[in-house]
Amino acid sequence: MSSVVLIDYGSGNLPSAAKALAVAAGDPARVIVSDDPAVVARADRIVLPGVGAFAACMGALRERDGLVEAMNEAVRSRGAPFLGICVGMQLLATRGLEFAVTQGLDWIGGEVRLLTPSDDSFKIPHMGWNALSGSAHPLLAGLPDQPHMYFTHSYAFYPEDPSTVVASTDHGGTFAAVVARSNVAGVQFHPEKSQANGLKLLTNFLEWKP
Amino acid sequence: MLKVRVIPCLDVKDGRVVKGINFIDLRDAGDPVEQAAAYDAAGADELMFLDITASHEGRGAILDVIARTAEVCFMPVGVGGGVRSAEDARKLLRAGADKVSINTAAVENPDVLTACADAFGSQCVVAAVDAKARADGSGWNIWTYGGRRDTGIDAVNYAALAVAKGAGEILLTSMDRDGARTGYDIGLLRAITGAVGVPVIASGGAGSTADLIAGVRDGHADAVLAASIFHFGEISVGEAKAAMSAAGIPMRLG
Repeated sequence: MSSVVLIDYGSGNLPSAAKALAVAAGDPARVIVSDDPAVVARADRIVLPGVGAFAACMGALRERDGLVEAMNEAVRSRGAPFLGICVGMQLLATRGLEFAVTQGLDWIGGEVRLLTPSDDSFKIPHMGWNALSGSAHPLLAGLPDQPHMYFTHSYAFYPEDPSTVVASTDHGGTFAAVVARSNVAGVQFHPEKSQANGLKLLTNFLEWKP
Repeated sequence: MLKVRVIPCLDVKDGRVVKGINFIDLRDAGDPVEQAAAYDAAGADELMFLDITASHEGRGAILDVIARTAEVCFMPVGVGGGVRSAEDARKLLRAGADKVSINTAAVENPDVLTACADAFGSQCVVAAVDAKARADGSGWNIWTYGGRRDTGIDAVNYAALAVAKGAGEILLTSMDRDGARTGYDIGLLRAITGAVGVPVIASGGAGSTADLIAGVRDGHADAVLAASIFHFGEISVGEAKAAMSAAGIPMRLG
């Protein structure tokens, strides 16, 4: 039975993500919480959680010796399915523009920028339940049409290649809610906080064969 | 489109619900986790625990409540009451809370908000504003220590300062209306929602679905928090959301 490694680099949503993944997997033993590069390098699947600032999260990844290299080995060289959550998704970008310019993993080309809604009736942070509109993708299989997910963020990922945006959400302008390219995917919302829809998406990820 | 949130609030003392819901099918009406699960099943958009434990010794109980809630409720959970520092916030977040609401400590030292926002992100930092109308009707003052002390600080000015210091959301409670069930203080809500660019949660005074609707339509609240209307079982969360939707407010239904 395949397992999933949830990368523990100090992110605040780690406990909730671990519990939701355990329910989605139907077996807590399939969820391995670790920041050990050796464990990450041979992972069947990887989930990268993340809350807070882009630079702080990227810094926390890089300060763990060999962790980014292990992620590259598993995801880029070996093709292990990868899911980034919230800032964990934003780190897929080439760079983040929060506070300062910070280099990301650059697995999906593009930038992370402040949301700039069309008028000030749209509050920032974008916080609460919002609907996705998107195309067919295995991660969204079995979800209702325009499913609601729980978001809480001020920045969003704007990929260079629009075909990597699997689903988008509107908050005075559209932004990427789900991105995917080959075995790499990311979600701006928090599936671990999105009740049944979120658990279904996590189950889909655990069964995903990209 | 972003939906308006309905947030039931549970008052917890020493790990037990003080002002909870009277769902007859609960095995233990005092267990916050069971009540949280009931609200989760009823379609609540978020939950708020208010820890009213008076003693320092009892503080650990809320961590256990949060951790056990996170085992069964996959929805956003906020917690407030007695949070004094970034270290307090860290413990609550690591236990499974998504947001930490800070009241007295932030009024006394707004840099606490900055410390929390820098460490955990603004999205999890809620500034709790307990406001009461000044006697001369010129505005509202902030009250601290659970509504016992008038700070003399203007509520609108404080809300703007709290956001500048890093709060990602305002939990706005009218001390005049709290428990009165005569509706939110719409004037107060409008003053604060007009002054800050972050989401504002209306709290204090909701006694009917009409009050919830007015809080959003007239007060421009982004979320409505209520305890007693759900506590007494007069209105379910689902009924409240359906009524708000029927009034034209964007809600997450079903």
